Amino acid sequence: MTKPIYGLMAEFDTPTALVNAARAAREKGYRNLDAYSPFPIEDLSDALHLHKNRLPLIVLAGGIVGLVGGYLMQYYVTVWQFPINIGGRPLHSWPSYIIIAFETTILFAAGSAVLGLLALCGLPMPYHPVFNAPRFALASRNRFFLCIEAADPLFDRGATTDFLYSLEPREVSEVAQ
Amino acid sequence: MADELQVADRPAEKIIAPGYTFGTVTDQISAVVLTRKTPVFWMAGFGLGLVLLLLFLLAVGVLLVKGTGIWGIRTPVMWGFAITNFVWWIGIGHAGTLISAILLLLNQRWRNSINRFAEAMTLFAVACAGMFPLLHLGRPWLFYWLMPYPNSMGVQPNFRSPLVWDVFAVSTYATVSLLFWFVGLLPDLATLRDRARTRLARFAYGILAMGWRGSARHWSVYETATLLLAGLATPLVLSVHTVVSFDFTIAIVPGWHSTFFPPYFVAGAIYSGFAMVLALAIPLRAVYGLQGLITDRHLENSAKVMLATGLIVGYAYVIEAFSAWYSGDVYEQAAMWHRMTGPYAPVYWALIACNIIMPQGLWFQRIRRSPAILFVWSIVVLAGMWLERYVIIVSSLAQDYLPSSWSIFQATRWDWATYLGTIGLFLFLFFLFIRLLPMISIFEVRTLLPQAKVREEAEG
Repeated sequence: MTKPIYGLMAEFDTPTALVNAARAAREKGYRNLDAYSPFPIEDLSDALHLHKNRLPLIVLAGGIVGLVGGYLMQYYVTVWQFPINIGGRPLHSWPSYIIIAFETTILFAAGSAVLGLLALCGLPMPYHPVFNAPRFALASRNRFFLCIEAADPLFDRGATTDFLYSLEPREVSEVAQ
Repeated sequence: MADELQVADRPAEKIIAPGYTFGTVTDQISAVVLTRKTPVFWMAGFGLGLVLLLLFLLAVGVLLVKGTGIWGIRTPVMWGFAITNFVWWIGIGHAGTLISAILLLLNQRWRNSINRFAEAMTLFAVACAGMFPLLHLGRPWLFYWLMPYPNSMGVQPNFRSPLVWDVFAVSTYATVSLLFWFVGLLPDLATLRDRARTRLARFAYGILAMGWRGSARHWSVYETATLLLAGLATPLVLSVHTVVSFDFTIAIVPGWHSTFFPPYFVAGAIYSGFAMVLALAIPLRAVYGLQGLITDRHLENSAKVMLATGLIVGYAYVIEAFSAWYSGDVYEQAAMWHRMTGPYAPVYWALIACNIIMPQGLWFQRIRRSPAILFVWSIVVLAGMWLERYVIIVSSLAQDYLPSSWSIFQATRWDWATYLGTIGLFLFLFFLFIRLLPMISIFEVRTLLPQAKVREEAEG
C-alpha cells in the first residue's frame, strides 16, 4: 500500500490556464480543491465560488464595538468618574465626544479587519502540506497551481491524475501528507 | 460597448514599461533586498541618516537632562519648532495613505508601483511627528498620562480638548497605517521567503509571512480585507489633519480661529506628502534601475496631484487674507498684516514663493517630465510647507492681543538639532526599509502586466 497523500497538484503557466482548469475541475464534480497563484485573480474566485466571506460582518461588529466603547468611555469618565466643569459645558457634552468615538470606531474596525483576515485564512500557519509539492516555491513568483485534495469524495489517485493531465498542465505531482 | 471597453483598458497599458514578465518583475524587485551588493548610494544615505539620528539622540539626551528650556520656546511662543515640525511631518505622511487607500478605492492602478514605499514613508513620518509632542511634554516619560486609564491620582484627560483628540487621532493613524502596510506586505514576504538563499533570511521572512501560500481562498478574503481597510483609512486620513487643525481653530488666537483650516490643512498635507514621494522616488528609481516600474507617468501623475493641491493651498492663502480683512475684526486684520509686513514677513513671502509661485511651473509638461527638475521642485515645496507651518504657528503666537506681551521667537541650535535629527530618524528607517523589504509591491505590479488578464476563452 502506498502512503496516503494530501492531494494532487497540477502546475500551469498562465492565469487563463489555471482558471480554465479550476472551472473544469468544478464541472467534473470536485469540491475539495484549491488554487494557488502569485496574485489575486478575480475570475478564479468566480470559478471556485469563493465570493462570499464573513469579513465585512466581522469588521462591522468591530466598528460598532469601537463606536459604542469609545463613546461610553468618554461618557463614563466625564460624567461619573471625573466630573469637572470645563467652560460651562454640560457634563455630557456629546459634540466633543464625536471625534474620539470616530477614531476608536476606525481603530477597532481596522484591527478586526486584520485579525479577521488572519482568522479566516487560518494564519499564522507555518506548516502546510502544499509546501511539500515540488516547485511550489514558484507559486509566489510566476506559476499557477491547482490542487485537488485527497479528502474529496471523487478523489482517486489514478483517475484524478489522468484528469489533471487532460487539462494540459506543465506537470502533475503528488503532494505528501 | 466596444468603446467602453477601450476606455476601461487604456489606463493599464502604459503604467509600466513593456517586456516585463511575472518572473522578471519578481526578480528585479526582490533582488534589491536579497542581493548581496549594497549600492554606495544606500551606504551614503543610511550613513547620513545614522549621523543625524545620533544628533537626534544627543538633542533628546540634553533635553531630558536640562528640560525644554534648551529650545527657543519662550512666552508667548510656547509651541515654536516642536509643533511646527509635528504638523509638517504628519502632513507628509498623508500622501502615503492617500496613495494606498483613496487611489485604491478610485481604482487608479498606477498607484501599484509606488504605494509600498509611500506607505512606509507614512509610517516613518508619523513616527518622526510623534517625537515632537512627546518631547514637548517636558516630562516625556509621563506620556501615558495622555491616555485614559484607571489611576490612583483620580484625574482623567479632558475629552473636550482638541489636544486630547489629537492623541487619539494620531495614535489611531499610526496603528492603522502599520496594519495596512503589514497586510500589503504579506504576499511579498512569502515571495521573499521562497526566494531567500540564506537560512536566517528564510527563517525571518518565513515567520513574518505567517505561512501565506497564495491560496485562492486566502486571496478572496485578502481582497475584501484590503478594500475594507482602504475604506476605513480614507476617512481616517482626512480626519487626522482635520483634528490637527482643530488644535488651532478651536483656540481664539487671531490667525488661527477660522473654519477653513481643516480642508486647507488636508490639502497642504497631501501637497507636501506628494513632494516627499517625488523626492524619494526619483533618486531611488535611478539608483536601482527601476525606471521600468516607476515610470515617468508616475512622476507626472504625482506632479499633477501636487499642482492641484498646491492650487488649493494657494486659494486658502488668498481666502485667509480676504476673510481677515472682511471679518472687520481688528485683531484678525492685525495678525494678517503682521505676517505680511512684520518681523516674519521674509518667511511669509518665502512661503508664498515656494508654495504658490514655484509650483505654477508644473503646468508645463516639460517640467513634469523631467525627473531632475521635479526633484528640485519637490524639495522647494517641502521647504515651503515647513515655512507655512512655521508662519501659522509662530507669527500668530508672537503677536496676539496684547502688544505688551509680544515677543519674537528665536530658534536655538537645539531646535535645529532636534529637527535635523528627526530627518535623520526618517532616513535611517527608510533606508533600512528599502534594504530589508521590497520597496515596490511585487504582487500588485504582477497584476498590472498584460498577461495577468484572464483571456476571453476562459469565460466559456
